[in-house]
Amino acid sequence: MARSINTQRKLINTLAAWAIGLLIFFPILWTILTSFKTEATAISDPPVFLAFDWTLENYTAVLERSNYARFLWNSVIIAGGSTLLGIIVAVPAAWSMAFVPSKRTKDILLWMLSTKMLPAVGVLYPIYLIFIKMGLLDTKIGLTIVLMLINLPIIVWMLYTYFKEIPGEILEAARMDGATLRQELFYILTPMAIPGIASTLLLNVILAWNEAFWTLNLTAAKAAPLTAFIASYSSPEGLFYAKLSAASTMAIAPILILGWFSQKQLVSGLTFGAVK
Amino acid sequence: MATQHSRSAARLMMAPAVILLLGWMLVPLAMTLLFSFKKYLPLRGGDLGWVGFDNYIRFFTSSAFWPSVLTTLIIVGGVLIITVVLGVLLAILLNQPMWGQGIVRILVIAPFFVMPTVSALVWKNMFMDPVNGLFAHIWKFFGAAPLEWLSQASIQSIIMIVSWQWLPFATLILLTAIQSLDREQLEAAEMDGAPPLARFGYITLPHLGRALAIVVLIQTIFILSIFAEIFVTTGGAFGTRTLSYLIFQRVLESQNIGLGSAGGIYAVILANIVAVFLMRIVGKNLDA
Repeated sequence: MARSINTQRKLINTLAAWAIGLLIFFPILWTILTSFKTEATAISDPPVFLAFDWTLENYTAVLERSNYARFLWNSVIIAGGSTLLGIIVAVPAAWSMAFVPSKRTKDILLWMLSTKMLPAVGVLYPIYLIFIKMGLLDTKIGLTIVLMLINLPIIVWMLYTYFKEIPGEILEAARMDGATLRQELFYILTPMAIPGIASTLLLNVILAWNEAFWTLNLTAAKAAPLTAFIASYSSPEGLFYAKLSAASTMAIAPILILGWFSQKQLVSGLTFGAVK
Repeated sequence: MATQHSRSAARLMMAPAVILLLGWMLVPLAMTLLFSFKKYLPLRGGDLGWVGFDNYIRFFTSSAFWPSVLTTLIIVGGVLIITVVLGVLLAILLNQPMWGQGIVRILVIAPFFVMPTVSALVWKNMFMDPVNGLFAHIWKFFGAAPLEWLSQASIQSIIMIVSWQWLPFATLILLTAIQSLDREQLEAAEMDGAPPLARFGYITLPHLGRALAIVVLIQTIFILSIFAEIFVTTGGAFGTRTLSYLIFQRVLESQNIGLGSAGGIYAVILANIVAVFLMRIVGKNLDA
């Protein structure tokens, strides 16, 4: 008796959860489906769901027409570069805060977090001006630096949280065996910290890939990444739903895949370790 | 014990991150503060000298100010209510035993990974378009006249798009918090005859308190400065001009740097008020 009631409840839960899950996912699914339609099918009335002639013409059209490869390359360089740069700066900082904490460590961590809260629009013009003066406007290097700086607090926090979990006794043992600071960092901590660094890397590539304030305001033709490429579809001419969908699918696919891998780290990363 | 040597080494290793962030925070902020006290029009003469608090007063008394504050509050409030209420319900549902839980979880969090320009454009064109959008088809199917979403129900449309983007975040964090709840406590309450609503109100909800506070605060900070969602849908028209979008327009579109900078300082102050509460919660967690 009890078992069948449980099974029944499980069935209802399953149906409800799948229905809601599919509803939430639907806009993405619809975009992917539309990307395989012809422009005429994409706006047909009534809309067709699956029974259409699948075509790849939108993908070839997007790839051929709009320098898609360059936007993609810019996204890769900017998201990857800013994350790597951020990690290089953050690893020593997080290491020292986790293993040689001082009275001010907590204040420094919270202060770093507070820089993340600074509304971008409040410093838009100064950054714009500095970029013009230094010839950084519409360059990949400029955007890489800005995205590194806005994500640096999250990188430091995530690494700090992971480093905190490495037992200090191991370090003490190494020190007693006469390991220098450098040896400690490269031979003991780094190997132990690789999983933490990897998930930090993943989450920050995602955040940088999707960043859409600085990438829209500090780039024009040369350094624009995919966010800006997609935004250029906002005032289109003629039929474009299928091509917009193809471009969108290509822009989000890599991140959807990375995101699914990083869902476990997402929570502690985005809440600065406050929810685990 | 850390030695003197390792202490100074630690300080040295912290230096690059601290110096970079200090520069990133102080230099632009100081410039914004400086510009906010000047009449500064790059396209019409450049720096035209000090004007005291004129920009602050003008920004505050301009006809666009209060509507933009109201719009900001409606959007932030609307998105928070939708994402928190639905997030709690979804988290509870996803925590129940079911088949294919992992896949449902993936479906639910997917929108969080979609870049803002993509989600805004997909919603704008493929769902909200009054002729070819999916909503128009549904409306026509039921015999209703299709709505011009982004002009007739512009704020609601923006709230819908932003809620879709942030619901995964709320759900995921609340789900993580629920999973750390002691199951035995709930089962004991159930055996003692506590009805589901009481179990939720007296056990689950109090347990979620901190996670809820964090969801609210983090979302507030990010939604206060949403940009792409407005930029590619309405461009700030039809009553969707938030405070940060108004500042963006003053700075980059009308190139009134003094006025925009004064607005920027208001935005910084507003964000800091929210941030103080967030930092208090996060800071408490650091001691543990």
